[in-house]
Amino acid sequence: MNRAPILSVDGLRVAFRSRGRQVTALRDVDFSIEAGRTLALVGESGSGKSVTSLALLGLLPPNGKVTGGRATYRSRNGATLDLAGLPAKQFRKVRGREIAMIFQEPMSSLNPLFSIGEQIGEMLKLHEDLDAAARRRRVVEMLELVEIPAAASRLDDYPHELSGGMRQRVMIALALVCAPQLLIADEPTTALDVTVQAQILDLMRRLQREMGMSILFITHDMGVVAEMADDVAVMYAGAIVEEAGVEALFARPAHPYTRGLLASIPRPDRPEGERLKAIPGAVPPLTALPPGCAFAPRCPHALPACDQPVALEAVLPAHRAACIRASEVMADA
Amino acid sequence: MLKYVLNRLFGMVVVLFLVLTITFVIVRVAPGDPAALMLGPDATPQDAAALRIELGLDQPILVQYGKFLLSAAAGDLGQSLFFHRPVLSVLAERAEPTAFLALFSLIFSIVIAVPIGIYVAYRRGGAADQGAVSAAMLAASVPSFWTGLVLQRWLASDLGWFPASGYGGPGAGFFDRMGYLILPSIVLGIVNSALILRFTRASMLDVLGEDYIRTARSKGMSEGRVVLRHALKNAAIPIVTVVGLTFALLVSGAVVTERVFNIPGMGSLVVGAVLRRDYPIIQGTLIVVAALYILINLCTDLLYLLIDKRVRY
Ligand SMILES: Nc1ncnc2c1ncn2[C@@H]1O[C@H](COP(=O)(O)OP(=O)(O)OP(=O)(O)O)[C@@H](O)[C@H]1O
Ligand SMILES: [Mg+2]
Repeated sequence: MNRAPILSVDGLRVAFRSRGRQVTALRDVDFSIEAGRTLALVGESGSGKSVTSLALLGLLPPNGKVTGGRATYRSRNGATLDLAGLPAKQFRKVRGREIAMIFQEPMSSLNPLFSIGEQIGEMLKLHEDLDAAARRRRVVEMLELVEIPAAASRLDDYPHELSGGMRQRVMIALALVCAPQLLIADEPTTALDVTVQAQILDLMRRLQREMGMSILFITHDMGVVAEMADDVAVMYAGAIVEEAGVEALFARPAHPYTRGLLASIPRPDRPEGERLKAIPGAVPPLTALPPGCAFAPRCPHALPACDQPVALEAVLPAHRAACIRASEVMADA
Repeated sequence: MLKYVLNRLFGMVVVLFLVLTITFVIVRVAPGDPAALMLGPDATPQDAAALRIELGLDQPILVQYGKFLLSAAAGDLGQSLFFHRPVLSVLAERAEPTAFLALFSLIFSIVIAVPIGIYVAYRRGGAADQGAVSAAMLAASVPSFWTGLVLQRWLASDLGWFPASGYGGPGAGFFDRMGYLILPSIVLGIVNSALILRFTRASMLDVLGEDYIRTARSKGMSEGRVVLRHALKNAAIPIVTVVGLTFALLVSGAVVTERVFNIPGMGSLVVGAVLRRDYPIIQGTLIVVAALYILINLCTDLLYLLIDKRVRY
């Protein structure tokens, strides 16, 4: 972690107003992404991964609001922007051009009433000054880049004429057509079957090599993390509990929650009979979090002192964890 | 596509045949002797019998039915028993005010309801939304003759902004005549607006929650473009459907509105015809309305085709 980060998120907080009550969905999100690298954001369902990504693009639903923290983004022209408090008008220039996003559901993320050529072309129309013919050429190039066969003849196709995998390729083409610096991919392969999933992951890696963008890759699948990530941030109940390089994290996790996640990956090298260890208990509801470490009630290593707030601190250079017993947990691995 | 339209037009002929048959039956089983009614209370039974023969009412019912269908197919809907003129020419004379009344009130309700529906869906839960929903509820539950009487009194009689009733004299020019239709069109359009507003709002609310709207926003476009291009196009099909359906309401509403404002349209014509047992006029009106309704339906279906490329006929 020696290069300057392209995005560094610092103490980001998001709250939702639901049925008259204020619910804090993100309590303390801290991570940074370096230029050209992939950060995987992992965590169980409901931990706040999607909320994080939507907050970074200013796309929270109307009842959600950033209530604290910073998200410092270094734009293409070298200016730094705080995405946590960016006015709507400036956000529009960031979206699509600086930071693009692909979503989990390829089936519903494309507008059914516009052809894929129109939808990708619209992105160019919004951010670049090209005539119709040049736009069309760029769209075809992009579709070729994402390996859509007979690209030129697919421009006038509508989303319903494409398979799920093809639609996700179209989404990727759409996201990357303006060559953004950062791509946020929120579980881009979860809805796809395994072979298609592998193809899409290959494609994303190849495009990253060729185009050099950074990727914030959101997933709850540790297998995908191992395949895609350079760095990993582990999220639990609205806060980052551990952040490290992917090898370091897999080899010596410092947070008991990360350990639990890793123990739940199926591995071919394990003996047949050995069962996967699921983490006992369930994620506490956001409205009833324990006072200190949110994982303490499920944690095999918990101590009485865990009911005090705990911060994300370096255990090693470039390896941070939010656990008072981080060094012990790490040594135990 | 052409085949589809031809199919639909054939379907229209079938429906018209059914309408003809049903009106024929209803009219014949309705109580009251048209000949006696036409001649008034002073007529002798001999006069009535003579008239019945002249009208063909003495013949077996199947013969009457056959003759009726044959002449209808030739475009002859018979003679009005009251006006003693061909039904079609009576209808044509009365069609203008009703057609424009329906058209203006449709335009009025679309122009009012669709933009407001879009806006309040976008600002759901806000003051404008709550206000619009309550207003629509109120507008839909107040009978239009009442709104008509109130507005007539207030805007026409007291403020003098509009003519209170009628359709101009015999010599009135086109724009003069249209002036008489403004207030009635608003009255008739109000109930319609309420319906269209609620549909537009519901349909937009559905669409605004869709994933592709989030995708559109993530591309960096203005909210206006998100709503008017990406959302509205998807919300349009239900809106077009309900606009087409409200047309039926407009027709029945026109009957009442024309009475309130004393407009010599098809609504007043048919009310008078029912009271006078003028069967051919009743039949003629029903057939014209049915044909119109089918045509409107066909138009909305063809509009779907324009909006949504997934729709194949
Ligand atoms: N519009 C909203 N209103 C209220 N609460 C919300 C809203 N959106 C999200 N939340 C809450 O924020 C928390 C985090 O949700 P989020 O969608 O980020 O989870 P996630 O980590 O992406 O999970 P998954 O793996 O299932 O996608 C959830 O507990 C959810 O209840
Ligand atoms: Mg999610």
